[in-house]
Amino acid sequence: MARMKFLCDADRCIECNACVTACKNENEVPWGINRRRVVTLDDGKPGERSVSMACMHCTDAPCQAVCPVNAFYTTADGVVLHSKDICIGCGYCFYACPFGAPQYPRVGNFGSRGKMDKCTFCAGGPEPDGSAEEYEKYGANRLAEGKLPLCAEMCATKSLLAGDGEVIEEIYKARVTQRGYGSGAWGWKTAYRETVSS
Amino acid sequence: MQARAVPLRIGLVLGFLAIASITYLVAAQAQSVNPTKDAVSEQQLLQQFKTIRGLGTIPDTKSYTLEQPAGRDWRHFHEVTLRWIGGIAILGMLAWLVIFYLSRGMVRIESGRCGRTIVRFNAFERFVHWMTAVCFVILALSGLNITFGRPLLLSLMRPESFTTFSEWAKYAHNYLSFPFTLGVVLIFLMWLGGNLPTRVDIDWLKRGGGMIGYDHPPAYRFNAGQKLIYWIVVLGGGAAAVSGYVLIFPFYGTTIATMQQAEMVHSIVAMLFIAAMLGHIYIGTIGMEGAFEAMGSGTVDLNWAKEHHSLWLEEQDAGSRMDSSKPQPTVVAGQQP
Repeated sequence: MARMKFLCDADRCIECNACVTACKNENEVPWGINRRRVVTLDDGKPGERSVSMACMHCTDAPCQAVCPVNAFYTTADGVVLHSKDICIGCGYCFYACPFGAPQYPRVGNFGSRGKMDKCTFCAGGPEPDGSAEEYEKYGANRLAEGKLPLCAEMCATKSLLAGDGEVIEEIYKARVTQRGYGSGAWGWKTAYRETVSS
Repeated sequence: MQARAVPLRIGLVLGFLAIASITYLVAAQAQSVNPTKDAVSEQQLLQQFKTIRGLGTIPDTKSYTLEQPAGRDWRHFHEVTLRWIGGIAILGMLAWLVIFYLSRGMVRIESGRCGRTIVRFNAFERFVHWMTAVCFVILALSGLNITFGRPLLLSLMRPESFTTFSEWAKYAHNYLSFPFTLGVVLIFLMWLGGNLPTRVDIDWLKRGGGMIGYDHPPAYRFNAGQKLIYWIVVLGGGAAAVSGYVLIFPFYGTTIATMQQAEMVHSIVAMLFIAAMLGHIYIGTIGMEGAFEAMGSGTVDLNWAKEHHSLWLEEQDAGSRMDSSKPQPTVVAGQQP
């Protein structure tokens, strides 16, 4: 089984936000929620880089560990998913997540955040693959159709890579070797406790 | 002819020089562009700031934080450290109480009941106490569910049932915080007078509150042990309330880091608070004969008052003698045995 991962090649990201739009559209993400966002570091300064970030589907995921009701599960592909039927909207996963991935429909005073929503690696949820209920709660299940997450598929500069961790790592390494530089696989050390050696 | 050609030549030379210098500048610029030279580095940013923050394009400014690995430390606190703190404090207190009860047993009224009673807590005081107490028990259980529910309760029921229970517990926890906080404030105000430390407390503490052996050190309305409970409730309840309201209203002037800190303060204070209250519940029920009725009916037996709060009883007696016109008698006749 492949171990699915995201890798954002920050030296290629042009901050066009197509990944954000693609994600929102493909998954019918509710108003006010962004499962993916682009963060620009050192904006306007030399060395500025933009990184597209969503759930990194961590190894030994912190959200899964701190959830008081055990709403999370990790699939055989290494994708971290959750059940909105189990979630109580306590917000602990957001406090534990290194990437700010969990999102909530409401601001959340008095614990009224609502069910947590986050990137599913376009892999849906616990409902039967491709069912209407699954789409309603979690959005598309492209993985079950043999497709990769749309954010990466749509990326115009192929900055955002999604797929088998070993494959995208090789692609990134080849790029770094060819062009002679690379600012690294952002978040990999935190998410997977390993980084791309280049 | 000659005169016209000279400025033309000068113009050509100047034009060539201008083009050459522009080309040179462009070339120099192209050479100085090194994409790796100033590129932000993840490792450097993490070492320097602990979190990586940039700029985004959506209204949610929290999302501008790209990475904050501190969540891992908080996770360790929540999953490991807190469970140890809570487990040791609560189970330790329970074990100690069981051992104490088995070795010492219930503290009896040594001289027996005399049958005459005295008002110890009026209806308002008892209302405030029980409002706070009921809220506290529900808050404590629903709070413990967040820390210990998953390892202890989840395996006993269906995940959906546990979610329904936990969601109700969460709402109860959030909304009962208001009467609880009101109770803590009222407790602080109405019993502050009797709970300031005095010299009598030193003697009381030196004699171990009379718990060891069959001693009865003198005390005013509240002895040093009760004063300790009072200050635990006021300060612990206050700290739990403040940190709790930070958690109820997320991200009002707080960041993820401060939310994590608020959760840490809230949970540690709560665990110690629960342990302390177990001791309070013990001594108010099976630990001491005649103690519960102080908060139950509001009156205590005169002999109980004589043994445990001798100075308070003297005060009350003196007060009632000095001011006999008081419509409300402090000493009332109880049922004769």
